[in-house]
Amino acid sequence: MIDFGRNHFELFDLPARYVVDADALDRAYRALQQSVHPDRHAAGDDTARRLAMQASARVNEAYRTLGDPVERARYLLALQGTDPLAGSNTALDVDFLERQLDRRERASEAAAARDAAALERVIDETRAEAASAEARLGALLDTGGPLAQACGQVRELAFLDKVVRDLDHLLVEVEA
Amino acid sequence: MTLMQIAEPDEAPAARLRRRAVGIDLGTTNSLVATVRDDGIAYVIPDDEGRPLVPSIVHYGEGATLVGYDAAPRQSPDPQNTIVSVKRMMGRGLADLTDDRRFPYRFVDGPGMVRLATRAGTKSPVEVSADILRALRERAERRLGGPIDAAVVTVPAYFDDAQRQATKDAAKLAGLPVLRLLNEPTAAAVAYGLDHGIEGTYAVFDLGGGTFDISILKLTRGVFEVLATNGDSALGGDDFDHRVFCWILEAARVPPPSPEDARLLLLRSREAKEMLTGHDAAPIVATLSTGQRIDLSLTAANFSTITRTLVEKTLAPVRRALRDAGLRPDALQGVVLVGGATRMREIRRAVAEFFGQPPLTNLNPDEVVALGAANQANALAGNRERGEDWLLLDVIPLSLGLETMGGLAEKIVPRNSTIPVTRAQEFTTWRDGQTAMAVHVVQGERERVADCRSLARFELRGIPPMAAGAARIRVTFQVDADGLLSVSAREQTTGVEASVTVKPSYGLGDDEIARMLQESFDHAADDMAARSLAESRVEAEAVVNATESALAVDGDLLSADERGAIDDAVAAARHACGREDTAAVRLAVESLNRATAAFAARRMDRGVARALAGRTVDSLA
Ligand SMILES: Nc1ncnc2c1ncn2[C@@H]1O[C@H](COP(=O)(O)OP(=O)(O)OP(=O)(O)O)[C@@H](O)[C@H]1O
Ligand SMILES: [Mg+2]
Repeated sequence: MIDFGRNHFELFDLPARYVVDADALDRAYRALQQSVHPDRHAAGDDTARRLAMQASARVNEAYRTLGDPVERARYLLALQGTDPLAGSNTALDVDFLERQLDRRERASEAAAARDAAALERVIDETRAEAASAEARLGALLDTGGPLAQACGQVRELAFLDKVVRDLDHLLVEVEA
Repeated sequence: MTLMQIAEPDEAPAARLRRRAVGIDLGTTNSLVATVRDDGIAYVIPDDEGRPLVPSIVHYGEGATLVGYDAAPRQSPDPQNTIVSVKRMMGRGLADLTDDRRFPYRFVDGPGMVRLATRAGTKSPVEVSADILRALRERAERRLGGPIDAAVVTVPAYFDDAQRQATKDAAKLAGLPVLRLLNEPTAAAVAYGLDHGIEGTYAVFDLGGGTFDISILKLTRGVFEVLATNGDSALGGDDFDHRVFCWILEAARVPPPSPEDARLLLLRSREAKEMLTGHDAAPIVATLSTGQRIDLSLTAANFSTITRTLVEKTLAPVRRALRDAGLRPDALQGVVLVGGATRMREIRRAVAEFFGQPPLTNLNPDEVVALGAANQANALAGNRERGEDWLLLDVIPLSLGLETMGGLAEKIVPRNSTIPVTRAQEFTTWRDGQTAMAVHVVQGERERVADCRSLARFELRGIPPMAAGAARIRVTFQVDADGLLSVSAREQTTGVEASVTVKPSYGLGDDEIARMLQESFDHAADDMAARSLAESRVEAEAVVNATESALAVDGDLLSADERGAIDDAVAAARHACGREDTAAVRLAVESLNRATAAFAARRMDRGVARALAGRTVDSLA
């Protein structure tokens, strides 16, 4: 089975860095599930099956965390004792906020005009901003950049995630 | 469950004891049982006459209970004792069956799941399903020469916890050792993947008699990973039949028919629908108990028209699934069609158009789910050879959460989470000295608990009195590989514990889940529209106020004409704020800004002059 004491990076035998090798992560995930998944222990006794479920759930949780740009950053920072999204630590850059407000505005105009293509452009644009935020964050976290700056970047990334989710809902609506 | 001996991998194959393992597709219209031969090939077990399907029909007769082809002829003469499409009632209460027009049955009201009054007594959908499963079990046992050791039963991917529980209960009732509930599209993907050795990202589009599923899967070196799933567990071929049925009533001016006549016309409707796959027109001929003779012809074009909205209804879940998987329609290697209703030309056309490629139909769409389930059963039973180490990673279709303060649902496990999954969240007490906490488990995508499905309620008692906010109550959700949920709660400082395996209250149907999901999307759109309207109004008011105070101070800088133009623009902006139209508000603000541009420049000059004057005064002082 697996050692529950290990952190997510150790579990997949990956270096504890923000920029992860997605292929290596996928491969390690599949290899682990191949051995711990309940389907591999369906013929075992109750205890074996319960352990398999716990281990498989743990592997799923680790994979989800490391596969998500925001969760991965939070996890990495938590290993260092920081939570960028905690409590008072919530300031966002004014220009950044204005850009998102403008985006939401354009999105709802596109939605009102039932213009799915325009809405999709706004979503793509937001995703692109998230991708460059992720790249900046990688540079900050993996080269020991200022912690405060990294935390700010995580908050922006989390915010962009939320915008994309909201706009996705809106797009489904427009296309319906 | 019967425990099995583990076959040691190192044992010689000859010494290995093969388990009798079957996969069962318990369908709305047709059910099948399949198994894997010694040479590793899966096949559907036919009846003595060589027929692979068992129509999912149960007739409760005078002495005997008939299932399948034997029950089919009883549908129209005895509709109230001949149960069809029982799958649509699994895990649902009477209140959920809003589409009562489809059920000529006598329902018995009561708590929990709906029940049917039949000649053989009151039957729950679980019992009726168990009768079908029993017939399949007996067929398999005759073929395999002994009791079944391991069964995998398939369920629509979009089935909720209540429907899954009900299915598992039915299998147990039928005496089947169920090793796993398997999602139907995933089973189909297994059959395709193992048969064709395909790799890459695929969509499985499964439209059966009563349910619709769409799953997006990634196949990599023997791992079938479901990326997202969506669907509508009350949409299928039955609904197309019903459209034809309504068309007949109208075209032939039939007064509201008796249950017998309704069943007869529904059968004729289905025959016509199936005939239109491959023909341009279908005759509909019937004589009703009233003596009325029906003699109509339904054209393919007409059929397309009356069912267009049903075809469109399949595409919304497809879009959602793709979006959840983060993919575009053209990013897929292939689209697999499953389910008898995907034979309809309308569906094939819509799918080909949406994904920009012709769908795959190499395997028999009726059998592919059962074949995949048989492969999975064979694997779980320990029968497979070394090297055949493929694995399924599936997801839950709907988010699971808890009621929190203010009637809001807090999502603990989001939809499309890979199972098994364990997720915990901490809550606290909100009153001083609070010794109990109610835990209300809900399923659905909406924000408000009232809009989600209630799955279970339990109470954590015996929390020692503490100040509000001091207790730390950890609620843990665990979803197993069947997609079934259990929840436990534990007070962390004292270790007081409570838990339930969610046996749902069967309070909510699929229509409602689909509606809930739809509403949550609508709702998100409403929310955002409302927010941007509010934002633009605030901005408009700010600009109007600024303009008015500027006019009060520096109005003398304007000619009468200029003043009039600005006053008009102010009035227009005020008027726009009174309407529910974000774009109009923004336009009005823009024209006000334009109207005041020159005025603003002059005020700037005067301001600079005043400031300079002021500085002079200051510097003199
Ligand atoms: N040639 C055809 N043209 C159109 N529809 C067809 C054809 N053949 C079968 N169907 C329809 O397919 C449906 C049955 O499909 P299938 O057997 O795959 O469903 P099922 O597995 O019983 O249902 P579900 O998966 O929803 O529980 C029926 O509505 C039937 O009328
Ligand atoms: Mg089916």
